Amino acid sequence: MVQLGRTMIGVLDLRDVSVRRGGRELFRDLSLSLKAGEACALTGANGAGKTSLLRAVAGLVPLEAGAVTFGGVEAGEARGGGLHLVGHQDGLKPSRTTREELDFWSVWSGGTEAAAMAAAQALELTSLLDLEVRRLSAGQRRRLALSRLLAAPRPLWLLDEPLSPLDARWRGRFGEMMQAHLAGGGLILAAVHDPLPIAAKVLEIGA
Amino acid sequence: MSRPPSRLATLLSRETALAWGRGGGPLVSVGFYAGVATLLPLAIGPEPQRLAAIAPGAAWVALALASLLSLDRLFERDYEDGALDHLSLSPVPLELTCAAKCFGQWLATGAPLALAAPIAAMSLGAPAAMAPLIFACALVGGLAFVFTGGIGAALSLGARRGGLLTAVIVLPLFVPPVIFGGGALSAFASGLPWTSGFALLCAYAAAAVALGPLAMAAACRNALS
Repeated sequence: MVQLGRTMIGVLDLRDVSVRRGGRELFRDLSLSLKAGEACALTGANGAGKTSLLRAVAGLVPLEAGAVTFGGVEAGEARGGGLHLVGHQDGLKPSRTTREELDFWSVWSGGTEAAAMAAAQALELTSLLDLEVRRLSAGQRRRLALSRLLAAPRPLWLLDEPLSPLDARWRGRFGEMMQAHLAGGGLILAAVHDPLPIAAKVLEIGA
Repeated sequence: MSRPPSRLATLLSRETALAWGRGGGPLVSVGFYAGVATLLPLAIGPEPQRLAAIAPGAAWVALALASLLSLDRLFERDYEDGALDHLSLSPVPLELTCAAKCFGQWLATGAPLALAAPIAAMSLGAPAAMAPLIFACALVGGLAFVFTGGIGAALSLGARRGGLLTAVIVLPLFVPPVIFGGGALSAFASGLPWTSGFALLCAYAAAAVALGPLAMAAACRNALS
């Protein structure tokens, strides 16, 4: 069993969740239960609310109704130390180098510099460490964003279109990383348009 | 044990580095400051006595305006690129995160401006004996400007022309430090007791450092949802 950080989340429960954005109801009465070792692919048309659901689980979007619980873990603790959110907005600064961003986000998420270097090796970022983020391709930049997942292990991964800028080889490699995460007792909730390269439940939003 | 001190230390060094590079950073602020200080004699007239009388006050007001320059980007970029999301998914309270961002901004632009302030005032004719007090006022006042200005920057997140909105929100909050600091400087210039004005400036800065992050964090949470 891999070590998944200090905050262990065994279950993610969404009960009758409704979210309203900009006066428009995105979805209502959505329920999902995810246990350790399970993954769920969120599907649905553009604008169906996949990203909003991920952000609601992360506590960044308020719920109109329903509840999100993390087993016995208090929500604030779970969100502060138990989950990673990786999406289109990666928070990386174009003027900083890959190494600076990798180190900062690793430490900020509770990891160490050694773990950050191991993540850089796993994601083949070591030759890019001294490049500014603005010089990275979209796929390299996504790999840098994904490096947080490995540098600071946390049990729940919330992934928003994690595969989109990755080439076929890296989609396969990231599939292996997800598989290893699940095998170690992790949970994955991913908004996708293409099927995930791992066995996963499917929850269609706006069906 | 989680490591908030080391998290905050890395955040502070990152924020200082980013503020240093943001929109030209301290060079632009100091350049703007020098520009305002140069314009004043052109508008008021070159008589040394008249200039010397207004020099400390003019340097002080120009400092408040220069502090405004880089404020609008304090949270805006992090909001747009998602860094604010990731910063908030941490055991570190968002209030402390906001305080670290303001402190980094102060180190990168407030401190260089405080160094430039006595030079600007003396070039307008202020006596050299005033330089230490002008520097101290600018240093403490800069802290008050950043921590009150951050409230405006956070409140205008997501608004179109947020920079303008920030200035409109923030300028009223700049009134007390401008009055207290200006009062201390003019009292010193007239040979009167100046410590009460300086103490009030320090008190305002302390209140801004203590309370500003609460308002900033609330405004950031509101913008994120």
